[in-house]
Amino acid sequence: MSTHSLEDRFQSRVDNEEKIEPRDWMPDAYRKTLVRQISQHAHSEIVGMLPEGNWITRAPSLKRKLALLAKIQDEAGHGLYLYSAAETLGVSRDEMLDQLHTGKAKYSSIFNYPTLTWADIGAIGWLVDGAAIMNQVPLCRASYGPYARAMVRVCKEESFHQRQGYDILLTMCQGSEEQKEMVQDAVNRWWWPSLMMFGPNDDASPNSAQSLKWKIKRFSNDELRQKFVDATVPQAEILGIQLPDPLLQYNEARGHYDFGPIDWEEFFQVVAGNGPCNKERLAARVKAHEEGAWVREAATAYAEKQKNKVVSSASVA
Amino acid sequence: MKDWPLYEVFIRSKNGLNHKHVGSLHAADPQMAIQNARDVYTRRNEGVSIWVVEANHITSSNPDDAEALYDPAMDKIYRHPTFYELPDALKHM
Ligand SMILES: [Fe+2]
Ligand SMILES: [Fe+2]
Repeated sequence: MSTHSLEDRFQSRVDNEEKIEPRDWMPDAYRKTLVRQISQHAHSEIVGMLPEGNWITRAPSLKRKLALLAKIQDEAGHGLYLYSAAETLGVSRDEMLDQLHTGKAKYSSIFNYPTLTWADIGAIGWLVDGAAIMNQVPLCRASYGPYARAMVRVCKEESFHQRQGYDILLTMCQGSEEQKEMVQDAVNRWWWPSLMMFGPNDDASPNSAQSLKWKIKRFSNDELRQKFVDATVPQAEILGIQLPDPLLQYNEARGHYDFGPIDWEEFFQVVAGNGPCNKERLAARVKAHEEGAWVREAATAYAEKQKNKVVSSASVA
Repeated sequence: MKDWPLYEVFIRSKNGLNHKHVGSLHAADPQMAIQNARDVYTRRNEGVSIWVVEANHITSSNPDDAEALYDPAMDKIYRHPTFYELPDALKHM
């Protein structure tokens, strides 16, 4: 079969909502797009543990600490599901880790912002996990089987993350004036970067159309961003805090909230490595990897020894 | 991690059900694969039993053979109970 008709057959399978599996024929560009997207997503889950990890030892109660630990442990799991999904496309785990550690691979720029107070942990759960959920739910229907299945698992675990964060903010908002101010400050800092998580505006996102055609994406960046804003505004009202956007207003005619322009210059600066914590995050990952080397080596040596034991006892028998 | 093989993980979600494939992970040996699978795939009571098998021990059918392998079953409708018409008088079979 010619490449052309293979591609037609592939596209018609995608159009029919059939899942593409690892050993099925797929266009090279589809494979490359998936490897890039899934590995970036995996890196984001792993690097995403760092800003929150910063507060584990300072959580205000044992209950909060347990919940935060469980949430962060979930994120490690999400990284693993996604790395595994990417590996089915022929890229190795080492290659991906290497790309992350050498700064070649990207991860979500939101994790390059600092977590200054305990309210930041609440704001991350509410806004950052909230935005992630908005992005991730449609990915459960992505055309690539292993990715879609990984996302189903991820989404099942995510909803507790958002509630965990919202619950922190709700409690603080019912507390002292100082605590409420802390929440407002955290939301002021996390709101705009959260809106940036959906990526550039549609007219500045050249690859989106192809991803939509391949059914990797189901909604455009702007559609998802709008959904997120619409869902989040009423939640902010219940908290009794202001979202830091003077142009935020319900538009009766559209049936959606209008919101102000996003500072894309800031976004591209952070993506380019000039955010407040880019260097710190990468250094922390590299350090963890390097300091874990002896554990990996010891485990390998132990496995080797066990194997030899089995072989020698078998040869005796 | 270069030397750590990939393991496929299968979980029995409830007593009485089959083990079902849930995902994969790297581990130095099968014991570690079970421990990691327990940590990653059963944090919310998803399972009562775990199987792990090294991925390179799995032989799978070729997707290109799908037609040859599975289409012949399609015209064998006599393999299904609905193929057989029973008299209305017969209430249960
Ligand atoms: Fe996650
Ligand atoms: Fe999360």
